Amino acid sequence: MISKDEVKHIAKLARLALTEKEVEKFQKELSSILNYVEELKEVNVSDIAATSHPFEAKNVVRRDEENKKQITNNKKLLDLAPEKEKDYLKVKSILR
Amino acid sequence: MDLTELTIRQAHEGLKKKEFSALEICRSFLDNVKKKDKEISAFLNTNEELSLSLAKDADEIISKNKDFPLLTGVPCAIKDNMLVEGLKCTAGSRILDNYIAPYNATVVEKLKKENAVILGKTNLDEFAMGSSTENSAFGPTRNPHDTSRVPGGSSGGSAAAVAAEECLFALGSDTGGSIRLPASFCGVAGLKPTYGAVSRYGLIAFASSLDQIGPLAKTVEDCQIVFDAIKGKDPLDSTSVETPKIENCKLKIENLRIGVPKEYFVKGIDPEVEKVIKEAIKKYEEMGVKIEEVSLPNTKYALPCYYIIAPSEASANLARYDGIKYGMSEAEKNSNLLDVYLNTRGKGFGAEVRRRIMLGTYSLSSGYYEAYYLRAQKVRTLVKRDFEKVFQKVDAIFTPVSPVLPFKIGEKIEDPLSMYLVDVYTVSINLAGLPALSLPVGKVTPHQNGGGGLPVGLQIIGKPFEEEKILKVGKLFQEIHA
Repeated sequence: MISKDEVKHIAKLARLALTEKEVEKFQKELSSILNYVEELKEVNVSDIAATSHPFEAKNVVRRDEENKKQITNNKKLLDLAPEKEKDYLKVKSILR
Repeated sequence: MDLTELTIRQAHEGLKKKEFSALEICRSFLDNVKKKDKEISAFLNTNEELSLSLAKDADEIISKNKDFPLLTGVPCAIKDNMLVEGLKCTAGSRILDNYIAPYNATVVEKLKKENAVILGKTNLDEFAMGSSTENSAFGPTRNPHDTSRVPGGSSGGSAAAVAAEECLFALGSDTGGSIRLPASFCGVAGLKPTYGAVSRYGLIAFASSLDQIGPLAKTVEDCQIVFDAIKGKDPLDSTSVETPKIENCKLKIENLRIGVPKEYFVKGIDPEVEKVIKEAIKKYEEMGVKIEEVSLPNTKYALPCYYIIAPSEASANLARYDGIKYGMSEAEKNSNLLDVYLNTRGKGFGAEVRRRIMLGTYSLSSGYYEAYYLRAQKVRTLVKRDFEKVFQKVDAIFTPVSPVLPFKIGEKIEDPLSMYLVDVYTVSINLAGLPALSLPVGKVTPHQNGGGGLPVGLQIIGKPFEEEKILKVGKLFQEIHA
């Protein structure tokens, strides 16, 4: 069973505010799921390479050129922001 | 004639012969949505004005051209995790409740190019995480075969819309079974293409190494028509590829060899589901197909492997919902940046999404990465190898799509692990990147259930990029049992 403190630590890393009740609920649920995935420890993986992508992935590159369509899209994208100033997204100040 | 009963091919022929117009088809489907969707809740949003104008455009093209694309004037529905420019796109989440798509997903562009008529956006488990569509922040969708039961998930709205004849076809996405399970539960055909066969540009990301877009439709032939329209390499998705042409895909039934993995018929499968699946396999045998038992020894590890990898990728993908760029935001109510993040995400995400973000963050965190995430990636290699080995001697693999029948709304929602177990037969296909078709092959009538019974789907798994072959195998069944 993972501890309440561990749940709180993970929630902070994941940037999720949890109530005390939710911490308790997650403690139980995560423990039961982690207990289930323990099964993977039976598998001998000592000489096995990891798969991160179903097929061999090739890197794709493009020319670094001005994209006219993107520039017209920028306004639309900015319009979705909850707080902005001129052409910038507004973020709370972090330097005091 | 009831236009909502047509297949895509029949609609196309009728439009060609001017037996009816695209506008008439569109109106019939919109009427059906009005009549049925209060009870089914397959759609999150419809836009009548837009649909009718698209239908008029289609009629214009039909009147001016002798030949036009197969999907011209065909009404369809789009899962609400794919962007349609100008329409709300919520992914079933409160955090995107106010989000208007600023551009089209590539699949939507492709449908528009064929002049398909978009009726609206369908319900889903929040961010496609779930197996019942109960995780939608906007309420569950109901199974048209029995409205006390779930339609499966996460593309439950898309499957239910097709089954209730509220659209002619729908697009879904499949990360661990999200097209195939609802197709099975709602008695429609659903194709999860090979990883990379269809562009993911404009699909709201869940787990990027597993996600694929695919069609749900009444028949396998209709699935093929839609798949052919949406597939292909896209410069905007660098993981997309051109589907190579299969040489000699003239399928001879007597040359067809199909494997049935013994690991899929063990404890946990509903005996009634097993019976329908075994009968379907027998019917193929009677057609002359060679059926042989095969082994996928790492099958039992696929589900725990998936439930590490998918949440890990999800926890990274969903980091973008921060209340700064778009979507719901608590910025106004908080003066501190960290609080903006914590409260936006804490309030915006539902229970299952938070659970998976937590699980993924845990698996990727320092000290646990090797024991969980890296180990799961290694097990993924083994799951993939199992398939490669079996595909050296068979053309396709038959398994059930789900171990259980459509379950009651509320039955599994309080126990996350019991919900995860519904995906036991579908997740390994995503881990290996393979194409798989969910084919309706029969029905079961449980004792407490009146009516016409509950559908059961057969899963037909193919080699990478051999969609054409598994679709042909699926068509064999539908031609004989039409």
